[in-house]
Amino acid sequence: MQQRSSLKARLIASPYVAWSALFIVAPMFFVVYYAFTDAAGAFTLANIKALSNYTEIFVRSITFGLIATVICLLIAYPFAYILSQSGANVQRTMILLIMLPMWMNFLIRTYSWMALLQDTGLINAILGKLGIGPFHMINTGGAVILGMIYNFLPYMILPIYSILTKLDRSLIEAAEDLGSNRFNVIKKVVIPLSMPGVVSGITMVFVPSVSTFYISQKLGGGAFDLIGDTIERQFQQAYNYNLGASLSLVLMVLILVCMAVMHRFTDNDEGGGMVI
Amino acid sequence: MEKNVVIDLKNISISLGGNEILKNLNLYIRDKEFITLLGPSGCGKTTTLRIIAGFVQPDSGDIIFENKKINGVPPHKRQVNTIFQRYALFSHLNVFENVAFGLRIKKLPEEQIKQQVEEMLDLVNLKGFNKRNINSLSGGQQQRVAIARALVVKPRILLLDEPLGALDLKLRKDMQVELKNIQQSLGITFIYVTHDQEEALSMSDTIVVMDNGIIQQIGTPLDVYNEPKNAFVADFIGESNILDGIMRKDRLVEFSGHRFVCLDEGFALNEAVDVVVRPEDVDVVTPDKGMLKGVVTSVTFKGVHFEIIVDIGGFKWMIQTTDFQPEGSVIGLYIEPDAIHIMKKSEYSGLYGDFSSFSEEFDELSEPNESEEE
Repeated sequence: MQQRSSLKARLIASPYVAWSALFIVAPMFFVVYYAFTDAAGAFTLANIKALSNYTEIFVRSITFGLIATVICLLIAYPFAYILSQSGANVQRTMILLIMLPMWMNFLIRTYSWMALLQDTGLINAILGKLGIGPFHMINTGGAVILGMIYNFLPYMILPIYSILTKLDRSLIEAAEDLGSNRFNVIKKVVIPLSMPGVVSGITMVFVPSVSTFYISQKLGGGAFDLIGDTIERQFQQAYNYNLGASLSLVLMVLILVCMAVMHRFTDNDEGGGMVI
Repeated sequence: MEKNVVIDLKNISISLGGNEILKNLNLYIRDKEFITLLGPSGCGKTTTLRIIAGFVQPDSGDIIFENKKINGVPPHKRQVNTIFQRYALFSHLNVFENVAFGLRIKKLPEEQIKQQVEEMLDLVNLKGFNKRNINSLSGGQQQRVAIARALVVKPRILLLDEPLGALDLKLRKDMQVELKNIQQSLGITFIYVTHDQEEALSMSDTIVVMDNGIIQQIGTPLDVYNEPKNAFVADFIGESNILDGIMRKDRLVEFSGHRFVCLDEGFALNEAVDVVVRPEDVDVVTPDKGMLKGVVTSVTFKGVHFEIIVDIGGFKWMIQTTDFQPEGSVIGLYIEPDAIHIMKKSEYSGLYGDFSSFSEEFDELSEPNESEEE
């Protein structure tokens, strides 16, 4: 009986195992393989050594990613908190509005920002009517970061919001009861208890921000190459799979390190913030 | 008004979500008193507690704390602390930090915090649990942390919202004794909310019986048990046979086709009344010696006594007796004058006190997770 059911379980799991092997493990293997070989397939460390030429891009990617993540958090947390305190109808409507842009194509949304930010774009046109500007906004670092924030903000709001709505109301009352004013309630109870949501929000914004390649091309005008753009170019234009693979590998390691550092600060909890 | 009243609720009314929860409630509570708000779910007892704590504002009426109106004062500025139904402990803090929470808000020096927390943990028998994670504690231990956390800030009044509801029977009994001891040794006013009449009777100085947002009776445990005001109180606290009766004159009541001498007076001649006879106050005798006689229709062994249902002229009486009476036997009942309690007719007359549909009423102790009332 025991044997049969475990066989059955294995049978049911087999498609997923095959999928994982084919689309997760195998690509990883190829990334590692390419990273440590040359065009002829011989082992080499040249690709890794070549990375020193890209230090600036790595630093920029991580800096932009961090800035975007921090700003997302600063916008998302108060928003999610206020939302979680609102009436049921307000909550439903706002969540719908947050999700709505996600139903539209990412590329189209980024293109729209180009139209908005251009020197002769909509924003400058409106400002011009008011006698201000024009401001040069497109093709700046700020525009790239704005694009990241705009695209990834929902991924920060949703996990924080969902953990805040589940927060036991009596915990807040208990804190008030023990003498906390509103500020202390938030500082000493609400924020610590919502850390799992914050952590998953940070993860879900930081990782795609660091590795994005499209936003920087369209809103940065090519002047703010990020690591994602560089990797894309190696595969699409330079056909240097080996260098592209080593860049990807290092990016992956860097993200893992960043995540590990962050989790060290918040690991004392059982987590459970990964929702959506 | 009496002296040393610590909190006084005056004409409190409140509606929540379109339901009238409290209707013109008046209640004052003396300092160092152990007072229990007792009633079924939805009677307004928890709401009363939350009004005192400051979590809800009454629609009308005043809350007077030591002669000062505190209606608009937020919870964190009231010298009142609460033990929540499900403890509401902070899971991100360990035992020590949970208890220290209120002291840290007050920004006491570290030395003092440490000393007071240790003292409190000692009082609730949790010495050495300082570093323990909240989630690793049993229900009883979490309960103690909640008590320590509330008491360490030295409240004038401690509010307890069904604090023992989630504990098993044995632990409940132990905690009842412990809470009473803590209350007496610290000399703090306890306002205790429960739906468990036994808990109320054994712990309280004063019991406030509530139903439907209205106080039905206020009195000592002995008062509310022996002299219930109406059929609701008689039925809710202990078991009662409640019969329709007529006062023939002072100290003479007629029910079940028989006239009984009783101790009650002051009723109108031939006034219709409710008569309460507690099951343990009836003596079982041979049929010829009884004032009433009837047929035993069911017998249940309860350990200390037998609980028998006796049919007397169609009305089913519950009687507790230590002598076994077989089903179907005819017995006589003898009732002493002081076993009879007369009540004025009320809206509750006729709703309670007949055991004809009696089927081992569920002891509410067996369902500790009674639905929360708002």
